[in-house]
Amino acid sequence: METSPESSNSPVEHVSGITVRLAGDSGDGMQLLGTQLTNTSALAGNDVATFPDFPAEIRAPRGTRAGVSGFQVQFAAEEIFTPGDTLDCLVVMNPAALVTNLADLRKGGILVVNEDGFNEKEFKLAKIDKNPLEDEVLESSYRIVKVSMTKLTREAVSELGLSVKIADRCKNFFAMGLVYWLFGRSLEPTLRFIQDKFGKKPDVAQANESALRAGWAFGETTEAFGVSYRVEAAELEPGTYKNVMGNQALAWGLLAAAHRSGKELFYGTYPITPASDILHELTKYKNFGVRTFQAEDEIAAVGATIGAAFGGTMAVTASSGPGIALKAEAMGLGMMVELPMVVINVQRGGPSTGLPTKTEQSDLLQAMFGRNGESPLPILAPQSPGDCFDVVQEAWRLAVECMTPVMVLSDGYIANGSEPWKIPDVASMDPIVVHHPDAPGDADEPFLPYMRDENLARPWAIPGTDGLMHRIGGLEKEDGTGNVSYDPANHQHMTDTRAQKVALVAERIPEQEVFGETEGEVLVVSWGGTYGACHTAVSRCQRAGLTVSHAHVRYLNPLPRNLGDLLKSFKTVLVPELNTGQLRMLLRHQYLVDCIGINKVQGKPFTVTELVEAIRDQACIGKDCTVVDQKLKIRVG
Amino acid sequence: MNLPVLKAADFASDQDVRWCPGCGDYSILAQMKKVLPTLGVPREKIVFISGIGCSSRFPYYMNTYGMHSIHGRAPTFATGLKATRPDLMVWVITGDGDALSIGGNHFIHALRRNVDVNIVLFNNRIYGLTKGQYSPTSGEGQVTKSTPMGSIDHPLNPLSVALAAEATFVARSIDAHVKHLEATLKRAAEHKGTSLVEVYQNCNVFNDGAMSYAQDRTQRPENTIELEHGKPLIFGKDRDKGIRMVGNRLEIVRTADVPADDLLIHDEKTLDPTQHFMLSRMRHPEFPEPIGVFRDVQGIATYDDQINDQVAAARDAKGTGDLQQLFNSGDTWEVA
Ligand SMILES: Cc1ncc(C[n+]2csc(CCOP(=O)(O)OP(=O)(O)O)c2C)c(N)n1
Ligand code: SF4
Ligand SMILES: [Mg+2]
Repeated sequence: METSPESSNSPVEHVSGITVRLAGDSGDGMQLLGTQLTNTSALAGNDVATFPDFPAEIRAPRGTRAGVSGFQVQFAAEEIFTPGDTLDCLVVMNPAALVTNLADLRKGGILVVNEDGFNEKEFKLAKIDKNPLEDEVLESSYRIVKVSMTKLTREAVSELGLSVKIADRCKNFFAMGLVYWLFGRSLEPTLRFIQDKFGKKPDVAQANESALRAGWAFGETTEAFGVSYRVEAAELEPGTYKNVMGNQALAWGLLAAAHRSGKELFYGTYPITPASDILHELTKYKNFGVRTFQAEDEIAAVGATIGAAFGGTMAVTASSGPGIALKAEAMGLGMMVELPMVVINVQRGGPSTGLPTKTEQSDLLQAMFGRNGESPLPILAPQSPGDCFDVVQEAWRLAVECMTPVMVLSDGYIANGSEPWKIPDVASMDPIVVHHPDAPGDADEPFLPYMRDENLARPWAIPGTDGLMHRIGGLEKEDGTGNVSYDPANHQHMTDTRAQKVALVAERIPEQEVFGETEGEVLVVSWGGTYGACHTAVSRCQRAGLTVSHAHVRYLNPLPRNLGDLLKSFKTVLVPELNTGQLRMLLRHQYLVDCIGINKVQGKPFTVTELVEAIRDQACIGKDCTVVDQKLKIRVG
Repeated sequence: MNLPVLKAADFASDQDVRWCPGCGDYSILAQMKKVLPTLGVPREKIVFISGIGCSSRFPYYMNTYGMHSIHGRAPTFATGLKATRPDLMVWVITGDGDALSIGGNHFIHALRRNVDVNIVLFNNRIYGLTKGQYSPTSGEGQVTKSTPMGSIDHPLNPLSVALAAEATFVARSIDAHVKHLEATLKRAAEHKGTSLVEVYQNCNVFNDGAMSYAQDRTQRPENTIELEHGKPLIFGKDRDKGIRMVGNRLEIVRTADVPADDLLIHDEKTLDPTQHFMLSRMRHPEFPEPIGVFRDVQGIATYDDQINDQVAAARDAKGTGDLQQLFNSGDTWEVA
């Protein structure tokens, strides 16, 4: 049977966007399925946003609720900024996946169930006493389609004579075929993927392909669904696109920064979720002059990074909260010796080991103040997976211009999420100018390693340069000479100078942009990975008639020079964060403006709905919001 | 190229040296300044990286590049620098507390990676800079400021640790034995791969005389044994005693009592570290303590060579990376 959207004979319904979640046991291959669906949808021209969500354990107990792994993707014919709140379609492979995910499926949504995964043994593992599929509410609330996926997959691959174990591993491809049929997706990209990935094992490749086609054929031939859905291409800015994950975009941004500054990249790190993928990605690019160093711990990683920076290399280190805590002392040294480098924190749920695979924004104050002594550093935060590419380049630019370590705060949500990314034209990228002083013409003139330029940056004189021999270190330096100094007035001066240097960065970063009016009732101020949810929530509120504006802050230290005035131009300032109020504390402290927090620490991103409700509640204080509420109702949910 | 001939004084920085008068660190500084001009490496190509401690002030006194880093971590800075700048000669200056307490982790990992840096460990068996607490090399029962009833820690033997990590160059010398120290530093500099030189260093303020059995000129011949590659282990003022191996242990014999070929012959080049390890276990007062080069094995790949070789190999295989090509690779689509 022909298996392409064009060959389908079933009725088709056109919709503007779909949110799907694929959920199963950690071993069921849901992440792979999700990634494939995302790529295929992006290739079809949809805007996409994803939210993979998986347990911290590699082999979490099979069949249990703790072992459920999910992948959510929204694909749409319009620009979208989040992976969606409520699900239009939920695919579950076992009872545990059903009970842990059903609450997010909208009423009337499509529920696809692998019936073969529902038996007494599985109920026990999922700690439920009766078959949830027999619940009548299920039938009346959702459009439930039960498919015998395991059995149908075995049949589809039976000719290949594989073991049952191997045959059963293909059932995620069966599910994929079915989902592709349901949303009119082409099988071609995934067929190519199967060849790339399993080409060396032809029988496995064949089995996966057969399962994929069988899933498609099942959708086409049974009447179970009635209709299938189509989402047209989105109107994105013209250009060539590809789908990128946050950590990948970040790694590529580092390559671009190295390229723009004519440097080779040194990356020192120690494995930690969710930052490790940056290492896995960068280590592929040795032919770009990348040297990756997997150190014995995070202290060694940052130490080697500072050593490489001293030698004149573009040096970067990354970790997550616990590792950043270990790096703190050396980061203080990096600040003191005033060498350029980028320190990346892909934040995860804290404190301590916390929630390694879940997202949170609770390391902002650590980045600001988590070192001994007065040790300010510039801090930037990307707002989406693709933005990681730009932000790390900007971090390197500032590091070089100011001769300082610069921190980047990504998070697990951005790191693992993906979105379409417009491929930049490398030839037209601006250079990042790096200057290393040469040997002095006049040998009698002493070299001053702590002489400063207009940015208060000192010269980046590197070993190997005749006549510029100098010693750096963590003891307080004498202004100019850099010699050890215990002089009280000098310490005051140097402390002030280092602070001033970071403050001056505000002159060389853009002013804060605002979405909506630049003064008025309510301003929502957000940072980092919550951009998509905040932006979507604010635009929904605007469309419902609320006067709400949005400022998403990418430069967290120093804050943009116009931000204080901006905050003061609004009656109410709302600060949504996935922490207990860290940016809010900084804004209040710096501008003496009251800010109201919208805070959540559940290891999960904001939903648009909860933000809309929180914004509405504040914006409607003392007002009649009946009309607004009616409009919001229509759009919410 | 004709390099200008440098003298020891050319390696002195303009900073006043601030160790206590009589400290063993002075001698190590002096011997280093003597050795460097003999190596043919220009000053600007030399970098000293230290941790924290009295000993770690060393880089400030050298007219080379230098970094006084943080406590215990000097090998990490050196690793990053050497990996990216293999053209530089990198020295690590560390103390017994710096290298073996807080920095124990980095110490073993630098050695096992065989980064081509030279580590000089100033062992005064005390924390000098923090004013006299016991260190990981202080003896059992040693009374210090933090051990008024005597230390109950079992001391760590830095050379045994280094050999367990299969360091490719392991040596010991003594601050007061200046010629020996100079020669040992030179050997360390010439070795490709990580070199470790433990130097017995007197802290005359907080642990004076702790190693006088080896430092004192008159006691040294009886209490130390100078290792020489290919030569039998003989010691004593009258060179009348030697070391031989009986079964799997070492014992002291009178040379007059045994045939000459009974004595253990030192082989610093053998890959198997077992015999080097046995030498490292010889401790005063049961044995004379070996000084000199325990181990100097060649031909083991260095970390810095390999990290750079991989870059070169990747470029050979794939060509120098092209960013635009990378960005355009895989699945892409056009939006008109
Ligand atoms: C993180 C940190 N912890 C503690 C100290 C305090 N401290 C400085 S030097 C030192 C011990 C130095 O002993 P050693 O390495 O033997 O050097 P020495 O002074 O004897 O040469 C300590 C504990 C510090 N500087 N940094
Ligand atoms: S305290 Fe001891 S080790 Fe430190 S400088 Fe004085 S004598 Fe030397
Ligand atoms: Mg000491």
